[in-house]
Amino acid sequence: MTTRVLSGMTVEVNEEGFLLSPDAWTPELAVEIAREEGIEELTPAHWQVIEWCRKNAVNGRSPTLRQITAGTGLSTKELFALFPKGPAKKVARIAGLGKPEGCV
Amino acid sequence: MKRLLILGAGTAGTMVANRLSRTLDRDEWKITVVDQHDTHYYQPGFLFIPFGIYTKADVVKPRRDFLPPGVELILSPVEVIEAERNRVRLAQDNRWLEYDFLVVATGAQIRPDQTPGLMEHEWRRSIYDFYTLEGALALAKHLRTWKGGRLVVNVVDNPIKCPVAPLEFLMLADWFFHEQGIRDRVELIYATPLSAAFTKPIAAKRLGYLLEQKGIKVVPDFMVERVNPDARKLIAYDEQEVEYDLLVSVPLNMGDEVIARSGLGDALNFVPVDKHTFLSPKYPNLFVLGDAAAVPTSKAGSVAHFAVECFAENFVRYVEGAEMNVRFDGHANCFVESGFGKGLLIDFNYDTEPLPGRYPLPGIGPMTLLEESEVNHWGKLMFRWMYWHILLKGRDLPLPALMSMAGKWRNN
Repeated sequence: MTTRVLSGMTVEVNEEGFLLSPDAWTPELAVEIAREEGIEELTPAHWQVIEWCRKNAVNGRSPTLRQITAGTGLSTKELFALFPKGPAKKVARIAGLGKPEGCV
Repeated sequence: MKRLLILGAGTAGTMVANRLSRTLDRDEWKITVVDQHDTHYYQPGFLFIPFGIYTKADVVKPRRDFLPPGVELILSPVEVIEAERNRVRLAQDNRWLEYDFLVVATGAQIRPDQTPGLMEHEWRRSIYDFYTLEGALALAKHLRTWKGGRLVVNVVDNPIKCPVAPLEFLMLADWFFHEQGIRDRVELIYATPLSAAFTKPIAAKRLGYLLEQKGIKVVPDFMVERVNPDARKLIAYDEQEVEYDLLVSVPLNMGDEVIARSGLGDALNFVPVDKHTFLSPKYPNLFVLGDAAAVPTSKAGSVAHFAVECFAENFVRYVEGAEMNVRFDGHANCFVESGFGKGLLIDFNYDTEPLPGRYPLPGIGPMTLLEESEVNHWGKLMFRWMYWHILLKGRDLPLPALMSMAGKWRNN
């Protein structure tokens, strides 16, 4: 657990840079984290996914890929195009939600 | 008479029936359980079948034997749940059953049909599952004469029942092929949609060595889109490919179709409920227990057991109009087979990740948490007896339902 300064705010993050509290998230943070993930600009399509995930996060946990596709109407291919290499994990980080993880 | 209707006589449903038949006043309550068929499976035992450790007889018994006298059992598929009208339609004779309170315990099933290529002409020829009795038995037969090659275990997506089972399968496979004398001719590969085999920091630090030591290769962030059964490869959404000679798939897990037909579930047919009480936020007389619930804990029998204990205590108060005062904490307690007669034990809840320590007696054990030992392996084998004779019957184990920090170490 560590803190870092993102877009002028001090936030708590874990070792992989995921926000510890979804409440600390702001849209400005999302823009900055997205850049770190190699996404230069967040388009309306990106925001649609981010907002849907924030709205449908259960207990701070990001929805699964299948829940995102069912909920947003985007295909998994489109999600991979928007958030290359592992959209579930990338969306979770950009949306300030917990990393998808197992029980151990 | 008030009617309590329980859909599903699996682990959760059976335990609910047993506990509530003892605590509810039987002159006031009629308890009815509905299930599609009369066979109760000891699902944790499926893992051992491919390696010849268990046989079919070890894991099946009639459901009726585990329900208390006086509880009505109806064998029929359920067509639809009409929660607005407090009734359920059965497939059998199109009969309606009305209820005052409903417990949905319809579980989760594997859905190989949801991944193209999985359930086609190579299904149960070079592609297997071990989450069904039929799959585990077919795989056992295949492994008896298998000459070796690339064995890939692939988890399609989470959540799955018993999230540690794929790792256990690989570690038991390593042991099995050693015993068969062909380990040098077998490659073991784990393709997972998660970023690693162990994702919780302390477990990753303490157990990361295990797979490496056993020569099990991990392909992380692998989100399978389809299988090419002729070329024998898995193809991910980002075009990454993994080749196999023998594929052991853990297909997508979904809740029962009756949940979808009744408009009660999420995209995977799991029913959203309060994670501490299992009460539906939409219907004040509908609870969901076991794997059917969309709660952020593991889909596992131990969770169902601890959850039902909390639920049963709450339920008798709730029907009297009192507040539910036990809040389930997501407690899970799972043995993890690691091969060569050893096992691990993990104990955790919604807020606390698996930690090292001793269990159940702090400082003494005999079980070791997050650490390999022979006693854990014997614990897992003994557990089958406990399941049939204690757990299903809803008897108390001398173990607390809520997780305890006693005996766990934070800094190690």
